[in-house]
Formats: sequence, structure tokens, C-alpha cells
Amino acid sequence: MAVLEVKNVTFSYDGVNKILNDVNLVLNDGELVCLLGVSGGGKTTLFNIIAGLLEPQQGQVLLNGEDITGQSGKVSYMLQKDMLLPYRTVEDNVALPLIIKGMKKKEAREKVGAYFEEFGIEGTQKRYPVELSGGMKQRAALLRTYLFSAQVALLDEPFSALDTLTKSEMHRWYLDVMDRIKLSTLFITHDVDEAILLSDRIYLLDGMGGLTDEIVIKEPKPRRKEFVLSEEFLQYKRDIIAKIYAGKTDV
Amino acid sequence: MSAKLRSTISKVAPRVGIFVLILAVWYCVCRFTGIPKFILPSPGDVIGAFRDDWRLMLSHARVTLTETMIGLFVGILIGFLTAVLMDRFALVRKTVYPLIVVSQTIPTVAIAPMLVIWLGYEMLPKIVLIVLVVFFPIAISLLQGFSEVDKDTVNLMRSMGASRMQIFRYVKLPNSLGHFFSSLKISVSYAVVSAVVSEWIGGTEGLGCYMTRVRKSFASDKMFAVIILISVISLILIWLTEVIQHACMPWEKAHYHHRRTIE
Repeated sequence: MAVLEVKNVTFSYDGVNKILNDVNLVLNDGELVCLLGVSGGGKTTLFNIIAGLLEPQQGQVLLNGEDITGQSGKVSYMLQKDMLLPYRTVEDNVALPLIIKGMKKKEAREKVGAYFEEFGIEGTQKRYPVELSGGMKQRAALLRTYLFSAQVALLDEPFSALDTLTKSEMHRWYLDVMDRIKLSTLFITHDVDEAILLSDRIYLLDGMGGLTDEIVIKEPKPRRKEFVLSEEFLQYKRDIIAKIYAGKTDV
Repeated sequence: MSAKLRSTISKVAPRVGIFVLILAVWYCVCRFTGIPKFILPSPGDVIGAFRDDWRLMLSHARVTLTETMIGLFVGILIGFLTAVLMDRFALVRKTVYPLIVVSQTIPTVAIAPMLVIWLGYEMLPKIVLIVLVVFFPIAISLLQGFSEVDKDTVNLMRSMGASRMQIFRYVKLPNSLGHFFSSLKISVSYAVVSAVVSEWIGGTEGLGCYMTRVRKSFASDKMFAVIILISVISLILIWLTEVIQHACMPWEKAHYHHRRTIE
């Protein structure tokens, strides 16, 4: 069942160059779908539109069939950096979306406290973000994203700022958590391996403001550890790279 | 000797040492040159002046402090409101900002007599002068803090459905606290000095009036004593500002330790 739908979205900053041209995509319940493409390809613009921060010239964004085009506060959005506020403790950062919705601070703290263990950041409640490692900050930011809306999350290159080892650890942790909390997620990456490892489906940006056909990753979840080294994985990677280059004649 | 004690001594010793040295030179100059007391009183004369006049000085100090605190409070309030309005409305910023900058080129010593003529010899002209001096650095620093806010953070807040008021409260306000306290520390000592200067012009109470009287009677020892008292009052107020800052910004401590571990 489709939770989030983007229908015929067209967007341009200057009215001439179309950053997005007739984009269509679907996110089903509990799915993890990836947008893969080079930087500057309009991925973040598309997220800003879905999050309601920008309004498209044409097209619609539907959440559970309801038109939410141009409305913010409907889906949770995690930007590239962790964006934890340095002057709030970790628990107060995580509780921020609840406080914004009008929940009392004490109540919000109690509610978020229950998730700290699940997200592997138990004991950091009273610390400040600066005292946490990169991976821990990202987990806290993901928890904040999750608490904002337990239905749809947009993650903009959530792991790109981490070092390789932390990144692969976060991938495993993330697949594990997602398996339990069933958050429908749309996420952006330019890392092909990351896209194949985490996604149920992948949309490629064609470099001209549109999306190519989706690629379905059939490997069952939770994914086995050897998946990244398997022949299937490499086959997906070959296909994707071929498609990316097919759209670019000058490479 | 423990390492901690040694490091404390190595920190404190130079500070105390320089004071002792200045006092010693001062004392020697007075003792061995036979310079008259009304030109340069010795440290002993100044201590004597404190001993003789401390009750009177404290009662004047109370007046000066009252003016300073009221002036500071009102100045901060007006500075804050001005900054909020300038941040919220571009038109206000465009019209008011240049006005404020120009107003700061007017020397306070020059308008103090006018304020006395307009507002009388009581506390009011003194408070108005302090407000005029204080509100500028407060307004400018807060405005800078408000506008320096990270655009992505504001976007994140918007994506969570935060209202303008909530963005102000959870992002802009805490973000500008550091700027605010830096300028407050300067404002506090400006405020004390402005209070004293405005008391020179007219009135019957306050450390400025006391200063005018002892100057006219060539009691330089008392002059020195009151100057030192004014410095001490400023220092205490700056220290109090720092205490309040630490209470308002508990995260600073974590950031400080973090920086130290990186270094």
C-alpha cells in the first residue's frame, strides 16, 4: 500500500532550468526506497518539496492519499548533518519534535527515554551532542526523526559524513532497527553500495530532472552479512553503474 | 608540592606579582621624592581615605549602583526588543539600524548636560544616559546572534512544523546568548562609568558627586580611593555577569572540555 506518492512534480528555481521534470515515485508501507544520483541532481530539492519547504510549480505530494503539497510538519526529514542543537542535551534534542507539537517537556523526556536503548544511545540523555561520537550523533538524529513521525522519514545522505568503519556499523544497526520499527523511509545517497545494501527499491536520477525506472533489490531482509560480497550484489552494482553511465554521454 | 598546587601558583603568581610591583613602585615614588600628597597620594594615604570615609562612600555607591542596575535592566529590555523587531521586520532593520549607528557617534559626555537640563537633577537623566549607552551593544549583538542562525537548522525546524515563535525560542534565542553575554560584560562597565559621568554634571548623591567634591577640595587620596572603588564595583558586576552566563549556558562547560580534549 502506498504511504507516500509524488505525482508529476516539476520544479525550477529560475523558471527556465527544470531541476525536477515530471517526477513520479511511490513509497509503500514499511519500505526503504533509495534515490541514487550525483550531487546537484535535484535530490535534495525533491526532499524539500516532499517536506513542504518548497512548493513545486506542478504536481502533487500525497501522504496516505491526502494532498500535502507545500505543507511542512507532515513527514520527518533528516538533513545531511545531524543538526543536533549544541545547546540542548541529547534527550532535549530528541524530544524537540514532540515539544514543538505541544507536549510538556517532562512528558516528552519520559516518552523519548524509552527509545534510547533501542537506538543504542542509552546513557547519553543528559550529555551534550559535542560529547558524542559521529555514529552516536547520527543515531540520536535518527531517533529524533523517527519520533517526529513514525510513518514516513526522509533521510538525506544520513551516513555520508561518517568514516567507513562507522558507516558499515551504522548500516548493520540501521537494517536491524528498521526491521523492528517498520518506518517507511525514502533516502538519498550517492553511494551505490549503500543503496543496494539498504534498499528494497532504488530510483536513479537520470540527470535531466527525471527518474529512471526503479530497480528492485530482491534479497530478503534482514540481509545476510555476506550479501555485500555475493555475486548478486555485484550484478546489481553492474546494472546500476551501467544505467548511470547510460544517461551520460560525455563520460 | 603537588602538581595541582604548583599549576595554581604558576597561574596566580604573575597576576599578584604585577600588582605588588606597581604598589611598590608607587610607594617608593611617594616616599623618596617628597612629592606633595595632593599631587600623588601614597598607597597608605589612599587606605587611610578609605578608612575615614568608607561609610559615606558606600552610601554614595548605593545610589550609583541603583542607577546602574535600573539603567542596565531597561537598556537590555529596549535592546532586546529593538533586536527582535529588526530581526522580524526588514523595514525596521533598514530604517532603525543606521539611526542607531549614527546615534553612537554622539559622545555621552556631551549629551549628559542636556539630559540634566531636560530631566532634572534626580536619578532620571542618569538612568536615561545609561540606557542610551547600554542598549546599542545589546541590540547589535543580539541581532547578529539572531541572523547568524544556521539556515539548515531553521529548515529542519520548519520541516517539523515549528512556528516562527518556536524557531525563535528554540534556535535563535539560545544561539544568540553567547553574543549577548559578551556585549553585556562590556555594557556593565560602560553603565557604571556612565552613571559616574552623569553624576559629575549635577545632583547631590552618587559616587560622581562625591568625586566632584573631593576633587574641588584637592583631597587626592579620596579621589584615588573612589576611583578604586568604582573599578571594584565594575569588576564585581562583570564577575556576576559571568556567573549568570554560566548558569544560563550550561552546555558551554561541555564544549570547553571537548575543545580541550581535541587540543
